[in-house]
Amino acid sequence: MTRKQRRAGFIALGLGIIGIAIGLVLYAMRDNIVFFYSPTEVVEKGIGPGTRFRLGGLVEKGSVEHTGAATIKFVVTDLMKSVTVSYTGIVPDLFREGQGVVAEGAIGPDGIFVADSVLAKHDEKYMPPEVAKALKKSGRWEEGQMNQDEGKGTAQ
Amino acid sequence: MAGMSELTASQRFQAFANPARFMALSDRLLPFCVVVTALLLAAGLYLSLFDSPADYQQGETVRIMYIHVPSAWLAMFGYMVMAGSSAVALVFRHPLADIAAKSAAPIGAAFTFLALVTGSLWGRPMWGTWWVWDARLTSMLILFFLYLGYMALWATIEEPVRAGRAAAVLALVGSINVPIIHYSVVWWNTLHQPASVFRIGGPAIATSMLMPLLIMALGFTLFFVTLLLLRMRTEILRRRVRVLRLARTGR
Repeated sequence: MTRKQRRAGFIALGLGIIGIAIGLVLYAMRDNIVFFYSPTEVVEKGIGPGTRFRLGGLVEKGSVEHTGAATIKFVVTDLMKSVTVSYTGIVPDLFREGQGVVAEGAIGPDGIFVADSVLAKHDEKYMPPEVAKALKKSGRWEEGQMNQDEGKGTAQ
Repeated sequence: MAGMSELTASQRFQAFANPARFMALSDRLLPFCVVVTALLLAAGLYLSLFDSPADYQQGETVRIMYIHVPSAWLAMFGYMVMAGSSAVALVFRHPLADIAAKSAAPIGAAFTFLALVTGSLWGRPMWGTWWVWDARLTSMLILFFLYLGYMALWATIEEPVRAGRAAAVLALVGSINVPIIHYSVVWWNTLHQPASVFRIGGPAIATSMLMPLLIMALGFTLFFVTLLLLRMRTEILRRRVRVLRLARTGR
């Protein structure tokens, strides 16, 4: 074994060990690294009233209602479970029905999630308005939506 | 002098890595790089800012993406160049690899900064926040600090050989962050959207937007190469000056 090979071996071994160590740390901390919980995870983990967390999912179509001057109520869903959210304040530009959203707050005694901040989540799709319109018209829009939702369901 | 045919592949590689040869080669390459960079960036900026459609959700704000995404790619590419050169410098002790690693750091740091700032400017109107501590944004900030730490380490140790070795180890340890950045949006749920271009099932981005983006990415890459060559030349000259100075004081 030449000196060069030995040095290369040391580097590979060192990186391997550090990689495994960091991997284990990240795995142990996975619950804290996730930015939000989906409605299903909220149910599975049994997060009760009063605990602050971020709730993420899609704004259910047709669920947004204005209950006060600046208060809105909407349903966040991951297509399996859903949680009703109430929020007072200004929502971001991208807040739309059928789009992703991340709300921060806690579940109240009545089971409604009271959010004090709402962020819009953008998906990875970029297209001109005409293309979006054409896709919707030809009925192929839903295919894309469904693929995306399937991806959401499997990715934890 | 022995004929070229008698040289092994490794020896030929070493001849290529010779600083004097690098100076001659880069001298001829640089004008070409500058011209191509200017052309690509001019075409890319025109296409992305004036001749591409608005997005169906984001409207005109989508144009930030044409700067943000190439910056983020180059931030990671720059780190891989730095870590790769560091590995070569540690294993083969090539002075040029050491110089390449040192020269890549500030350029990569600048692209990381650009990605962070443009992302923040996009996040405010779209997400409703300048910054969140999700996995993608945080790992990108760590990348920025790794670059700064690497540069600081070089600046702290005066003797180039020792400084280079210490910095190379830091660069290699930090390289573990690069796959974490890439997969952060897959492994954990984040506010940041998943990849649009390098994804299973092909790009989720319309061709009329993908083309300007790819031209910008190519332009950014050539810009990186141009700056890297320039900085490497400067570093070689700086080291020659240092050696000359040491020789004079030693006499």
